[in-house]
Amino acid sequence: MAEVTLRKIVKNYGALEVVHGIDLDIAHNEFVVLVGPSGCGKSTTLRMIAGLEEVSGGEIAIGGRVVNTLPPRARNISMVFQNYALYPHMTVRENLGFSLKIAGRPPAEIEKATDEAAAILGLADYMDRTPGELSGGQRQRVAMGRAIVRHPDVFLFDEPLSNLDAKLRTQMRVEIKKLHQKVKTTIVYVTHDQVEAMTLADRIVIMKDGHIVQTGTPLEVFERPANTFVATFIGSPPMNLVDGVVAGGEVRFAGDASLPVPPAFRGRVQEGQRVTYGFRADNLMPAGHAMTGIGETADIDLTIALAEPLGAETILLSELAGVEIQGKMYNPRAVAAGERLSCLLALDHAHLFDAETGASLRT
Amino acid sequence: MSRAMKDRLIWAVTFLVMLIICLPGLWVVLSAFRTNGEILTKPAVWIPQNLTLDNFRAIFGLGENVLAIPVGSYFLNSLVISVTSTVLAVMIGMSGGYAFARHRFPGKSGAFLWLMLSRTVPGIALSLPLFILWSWIGLIDTKLGVIVVYTAINVPFTVWLTEGFFRQVPRDLSEAAQIDGCTPWQAFWKVEFPLARSGIASAGIFAFLTSWNEYALASQLTRSTDSKTLPVGLMDFTAQFTIDWAGMCAMAVIIIIPALILTFLVQKHLIAGLTFGGVKG
Repeated sequence: MAEVTLRKIVKNYGALEVVHGIDLDIAHNEFVVLVGPSGCGKSTTLRMIAGLEEVSGGEIAIGGRVVNTLPPRARNISMVFQNYALYPHMTVRENLGFSLKIAGRPPAEIEKATDEAAAILGLADYMDRTPGELSGGQRQRVAMGRAIVRHPDVFLFDEPLSNLDAKLRTQMRVEIKKLHQKVKTTIVYVTHDQVEAMTLADRIVIMKDGHIVQTGTPLEVFERPANTFVATFIGSPPMNLVDGVVAGGEVRFAGDASLPVPPAFRGRVQEGQRVTYGFRADNLMPAGHAMTGIGETADIDLTIALAEPLGAETILLSELAGVEIQGKMYNPRAVAAGERLSCLLALDHAHLFDAETGASLRT
Repeated sequence: MSRAMKDRLIWAVTFLVMLIICLPGLWVVLSAFRTNGEILTKPAVWIPQNLTLDNFRAIFGLGENVLAIPVGSYFLNSLVISVTSTVLAVMIGMSGGYAFARHRFPGKSGAFLWLMLSRTVPGIALSLPLFILWSWIGLIDTKLGVIVVYTAINVPFTVWLTEGFFRQVPRDLSEAAQIDGCTPWQAFWKVEFPLARSGIASAGIFAFLTSWNEYALASQLTRSTDSKTLPVGLMDFTAQFTIDWAGMCAMAVIIIIPALILTFLVQKHLIAGLTFGGVKG
């Protein structure tokens, strides 16, 4: 059993504090993704779990054992680095077997374990090459193989796909997910790419400026963002946000536009309260090109500024109260710039946030 | 200009430059196989008329005229001093280079600059202070005295060269090794050291050649066969009124050969080292 527990984890470099007291419980065999913009402290947190950075305050436990002062080698973890960090002077076989060799295992056992890992990752044909002779995807696989060879308690991934091109990234994402299904192990995965986070995670941890902003399953953070930061960070295109004032069951925006208070927020807002109205492009659809079964809707007439056809759907750019917003046309037809369309907004998927703090008004 | 012409011109210029560089060395080697009579003839004899090994026989005490120069002792002294100071300089310099490449510490850039500045001091300027200091503590005319001086001279350069190499070894590799179960010490020897090897080899060669060829300081700090090195030993060929040019040249050849062999043995590393680390580092 290898659950990972972080208690009030703090990291500072001199007077500069970069991680401000993080609490996180990661269950056995759970795939947790730490996601956030660069500089949010996600990599630092991962490196503290690995033992590559000292913990300035708080407590890290792996499998119930506090590891704060243990060196990396005593934590029984594996890590896949952003730039693979393969040993350039060793062959693939030597790279894979390195940890077992250091541990003083007999050669027969090392060979068996490396062959096993190579079979899982399809590396059997490259065993005698050096990393310099491999492609990016193959190197990535060797790095993963090196990590699984020793059957660690916890896998740590530090932005492992960010050096790969888009196509390979999608492919490796699938492989990582498959790998997790094959070798059931606790995984902590760091990325700045919300798509990776959504597709891979059992649970997403969204970080910003050294704090955890929200923790939840991919669908939870997508459907119930805790604040405007999560709302714009998770999901593509980012959630549309328009500031307004609550007035008589509606939210009035600058100009004369208004939208009804979404059902989930009725009774949670007061007359005259300043709010930020949020909705995703997926839920703003031209009438006749909407999805069915979307519940309560509001009508809104929009002038289209730009249309981006993606094939299966078209992204529409428009404006509401001086703010650029995006909508989505399903089963699209050609749309000209300047065309005026009457649209539907699915209110069950709309959100209200506090205009000052950005926090969701759902609770 | 046609391509062939250009190639020929480049060859001609290269040949000329190499000739200018090599001529003094060539003259030394030639003179080592000639008699003093022929070397000193006026007008000069450019093409040697009769080559002889007598000069070498004399040095090694094999011929009729035996020189009273203890070449064996000098060679041994040179070898002991050069090898020891090189090993010390590489060990200390490598540790320093690693620390500068990997760690943050107060006064780092100042310390690095200071090390480099020490290279700007001409060695001979140190000779008088060193002489006084060494005579106080009794290191004059000892191998140890010379070893300490050469080590000190070689450390800054070794630090500089190896720092560049260690900086090019990604930090992740050492971290990956530590996660794979290495102690920091093991991670260094199994991963970082092998990857910086060519730089360390280059640093070693430079340190060795500097020590092997150094004359100015050694001539001040050594007195007898206890510590005199080969370059200092060259001066034994000068008497009050005469200089045995032929003997001196023969001994110079003996000094050059080990350095030449060593350079050949590691030239692969040396070239890789200087283009890889030196340029970018």
